[in-house]
Amino acid sequence: MSDVCIVGIGIHKFGRTDGLSGLDQGVHAVREAMADAGIDWPQVQFAYGSSDAAGNPDTMVDRLGLTGVQFINVRNGCAAGGSALFSAQMAIKSGEFDLGLAVGFDKHPRGAFNALPAEYNLPDWYGEVGQMVTTQFFAAKIMRYMSLFGISQKSLGLVAEKAFRNAVHAPHAWRRQPVALEEILEAPLVSDPYTKYMFCSPAEGGVALILASEKKARELGKPLIRLKAATMRTRPPHSFEVFAPSVDVVADDTRPRPTASRIASADAFTASGIGPGDIDVAQLQDTEAGAEIMHMAENGFCADGEQEQWLAEGRTEIGGALPVNTDGGCLACGEPIGASGLRQVYENVVQLRGDGGGRQVPGDPRTAYSHVYGAPGVSAVTILER
Amino acid sequence: MTGDINRGGRDMRAIAQGLFTDETPPRLIGGKDRQTGRIVFPCPSTMTHEPVALSREGTLWSYTVQRFRPKSPPYAGPEAFAPWVVAYVELPGEVIVEARLDDVAFEDVMVGMPVLFQPGLLDFSDPASALVPAFVPVRVSAELVA
Repeated sequence: MSDVCIVGIGIHKFGRTDGLSGLDQGVHAVREAMADAGIDWPQVQFAYGSSDAAGNPDTMVDRLGLTGVQFINVRNGCAAGGSALFSAQMAIKSGEFDLGLAVGFDKHPRGAFNALPAEYNLPDWYGEVGQMVTTQFFAAKIMRYMSLFGISQKSLGLVAEKAFRNAVHAPHAWRRQPVALEEILEAPLVSDPYTKYMFCSPAEGGVALILASEKKARELGKPLIRLKAATMRTRPPHSFEVFAPSVDVVADDTRPRPTASRIASADAFTASGIGPGDIDVAQLQDTEAGAEIMHMAENGFCADGEQEQWLAEGRTEIGGALPVNTDGGCLACGEPIGASGLRQVYENVVQLRGDGGGRQVPGDPRTAYSHVYGAPGVSAVTILER
Repeated sequence: MTGDINRGGRDMRAIAQGLFTDETPPRLIGGKDRQTGRIVFPCPSTMTHEPVALSREGTLWSYTVQRFRPKSPPYAGPEAFAPWVVAYVELPGEVIVEARLDDVAFEDVMVGMPVLFQPGLLDFSDPASALVPAFVPVRVSAELVA
């Protein structure tokens, strides 16, 4: 099987861009990625595109050129972008193609996501009583985790503070002003224990990645950023997920529940032959501050409860032992669902190329990890190596 | 306020069929997978699941406070919004269910506290509004019964 390399990256700034559709932002990202790879649209042999609320991605062929290219649309909750990338790398690994595109974009209305019960095979009453709200799950998950493992609300604040501080140096981020820890902690609660700075917001943006076989990457003369693993998993038994009217009772409930993230992560480490201790930089799904904390453990980087000390010591800062969410993550970039997982990989490529500017991880990083999680229990992980 | 709901005499209704038993006081109806025995809530199709009345007593597994009005649709509650506690309640040996936790000050809510099933009004200000799955702290419930 061929190694898969990422040879081109492009992004449309996240946040709010009035006057540009989600699709426009996706097309912008594709053009930037093609320019970065030094290729033209007719060379692209296939594409996987993800969008949750901004229309079918394949309609962008109208803008990019009617080459007859194979173009498959992907919807997979918040893991849609990761799923598009997973599918794209499989197409190259199989030997069927040697140059293709993974693109994601979105444009969500302001305010919380507005999911409808039927979309998740839930009865209408579940929405009528006000439980079709993603933030409730995320808050309830961290609330239990905090009670089990002694994570403080201050640690939630430290994660958010880091996100906004890192984003100052990320041109594609949305919220690029530092926010003081006290302001974060004293802001109005949205869903206890989270204040308004501790949740990301639905947003807009587009990301495109050009993938190539190793042979093709060498032809293009690009530095070899290898996709050593890309995994996508659904939830295991007894997990606790978004939009869950009920959860299984288990015999020993003093440990965290199994999750799709845990198995996607373990499989990625196995597939790549790279361990958590070998990772130089990580982008972990941080749709809320506690998610970053729980995902540090779910992805094998620390034991449950150690996060309190890690954060106090600044180990996930850009200059720390494991920099996490170097562009501010979802907290600072917002979450355009279709694009969000691909943004993490974009940021990792920037870091591995040494192009991070003010947010560049020092020490010439060679390995990078990304993790995305979505409803109702889907997770996608990638490991890159230079 | 919620104390007289279970005493009957008013024209009140569950927000959906098949959620509560007809007993007084009622219980939640879960579904027991006819093949695996796994209990879920609410009860899916009776073709695949056997309806079972769930325990009235449980403990708080986790919670949060819903501090903003959810979007409508699908939310069917009143325009005038007041925050409420979203609870996950463990019914021992059965299942953990998501429901509202009523009659409690937010600062008094704690993981592990004992709670009792007691359907609540979707709109607290309208005694005729639909009944939704809810629990109350055991202490408060005992006072109401006394």
